[in-house]
Amino acid sequence: MAADARGAPRAETASRPEGRAPWRRLSLRALALGYVLLFIALPIAAVVADGFSDGLAGLLQDVTRPVAWAAIRLTLWTAALMTAINAVMGTLTALALVRYSFPGRSVVNAMVDLPFAIPTLVTGVMLVILYGPQGALGGWLKSSWGVDVIFAPPGIVLALLFISMPFVVRSVQPVLMALELDQEQAAHTLGASPWQSFRRVLLPALAPAIATGSMLAFARALGEFGSIVVVAGNFPFRSQTAPVYILTQIESDHQRAASAVSIVLLAIAFSLMLVVDLVQRRREAGRA
Amino acid sequence: MPEPAPRARLKLRRPPPPREWPWAKWLIVGTVLSYLGVLVLWPLLAVLRGAFAEGLGPFAMVFTDPVVLRAFGLTVGIALIAVTVNGVFGLIIAWVLVRDSFPGRALLNGVIDLPFVVSPVIVGYMVLLLFGRDGWLTPLANALGTRVAFALPGMVLATVFVTLPFVTRELMPVLREIGTEGEDAAGTLGAGGWTVFRRITLPGVRWGLAYGLVLTLARALGEFGAVLVAGGAVTGRTETATLFIYRSLDERHYTEAYAAAVTLGAVSFAILFGMELVRRRRDASR
Repeated sequence: MAADARGAPRAETASRPEGRAPWRRLSLRALALGYVLLFIALPIAAVVADGFSDGLAGLLQDVTRPVAWAAIRLTLWTAALMTAINAVMGTLTALALVRYSFPGRSVVNAMVDLPFAIPTLVTGVMLVILYGPQGALGGWLKSSWGVDVIFAPPGIVLALLFISMPFVVRSVQPVLMALELDQEQAAHTLGASPWQSFRRVLLPALAPAIATGSMLAFARALGEFGSIVVVAGNFPFRSQTAPVYILTQIESDHQRAASAVSIVLLAIAFSLMLVVDLVQRRREAGRA
Repeated sequence: MPEPAPRARLKLRRPPPPREWPWAKWLIVGTVLSYLGVLVLWPLLAVLRGAFAEGLGPFAMVFTDPVVLRAFGLTVGIALIAVTVNGVFGLIIAWVLVRDSFPGRALLNGVIDLPFVVSPVIVGYMVLLLFGRDGWLTPLANALGTRVAFALPGMVLATVFVTLPFVTRELMPVLREIGTEGEDAAGTLGAGGWTVFRRITLPGVRWGLAYGLVLTLARALGEFGAVLVAGGAVTGRTETATLFIYRSLDERHYTEAYAAAVTLGAVSFAILFGMELVRRRRDASR
């Protein structure tokens, strides 16, 4: 994803005839750069400038306010828990889809993309109906286990699991498909148990794909809003995540507080993208 | 999708013969099926049941209400603008990233993905910062005589930001794959740049472009947080389909909310289905 262009051979570009109409090439380049600067760089710069308008001290003060800090912590740990579950279940789903044939396999394969198509707000509505106190599963969880899902952290984790379900599956699936079976077969012939060959041969081969898929899911989850605002509501210290906190600060005109927490979220997400990019580049370099 | 864009759906191959514990297959498949059942399928059925609990009445009520019709119309209008703008610029950016080489190309390539991970709330907030009180671009909007923050233009800008990467990311691998031989040959035979683009490049990438546009459309139709913040959700003015659903939930008009949610979900699902068809055509045309 992030590294798509890196594989492009530079030599091919250089050897093309550039004689005719260089102004056309230059104007296209200028258009692309201008569009991206105007639409991506400028807005981000505006948030950063606003958050730092009272310097680093002001930013830190806004971020460490108890309500803000609680919202950031809640966002981070629910996203981390989701990522851990997703890494395991996503890998298993990819394994089931690639290695086994079972009734309903193509339905499951299509279902994996569903979270990308369904608006996240609708996802929230779906989950509230089923897991709410009056819902079939929610009522049972409440009466038998005393677990509140809706308006509580479990609901947040659930919503995040739904919206980021495709990331690990779609990252692991192509690697698993391209993987030759000979190494596993060799391990088997040499007397390795299925568990040993899974842990020593298959898992290391899949690890980079699992890692990049998980990091993208985590980065995406940090910013999630639509499903969470429906599922978790807006209770400070209990179910208010960082994006929802930012919304409340915008609505009550505390602009700098909104910018400060935005900067924290942007910084974490961008660093993760950088790491994903590095991992993918190394993977491509290793393959070449 | 969303997000880092879902790579094109993968063709399912015949699985190799299992050489492991016989129960491993059923354990894995059973776990996956029950997990997806509880996480995806059951909630899906629950919302359908909720929406149809009172028959088709709520649907009729919702879709004769002028406020709702306006909200859905607004959603479609914004989505179409986003699709057009990002279609044109996505094509240009993809071409520049694949065919051109200049210092800063790697940076441009990295920046393109940022909208995937910026929270929609922050996207809407950026519009307010740039075009609100003392915003950097407020003088520009004033000079043009338009209001951007808490108005339609702001919602369009936010949606364009959110959907910016899809077309570029879908086109880049296709552009790379078709190579430059055809374009070079046409150029040698005397075709002008525009003719080469129209007759060689565009037909070569049309399915990739279509797939990117469909992804953009699906994402734009479902956008919620960014248009909520940028537009302010004024009923009858800046209320889109998702904002109507949100308000109905808030006012405890649940059947209306479910009916509208199911409609929007069904449209998205139809788009996913269309996406499948486009993908198959594209794969077949390779």
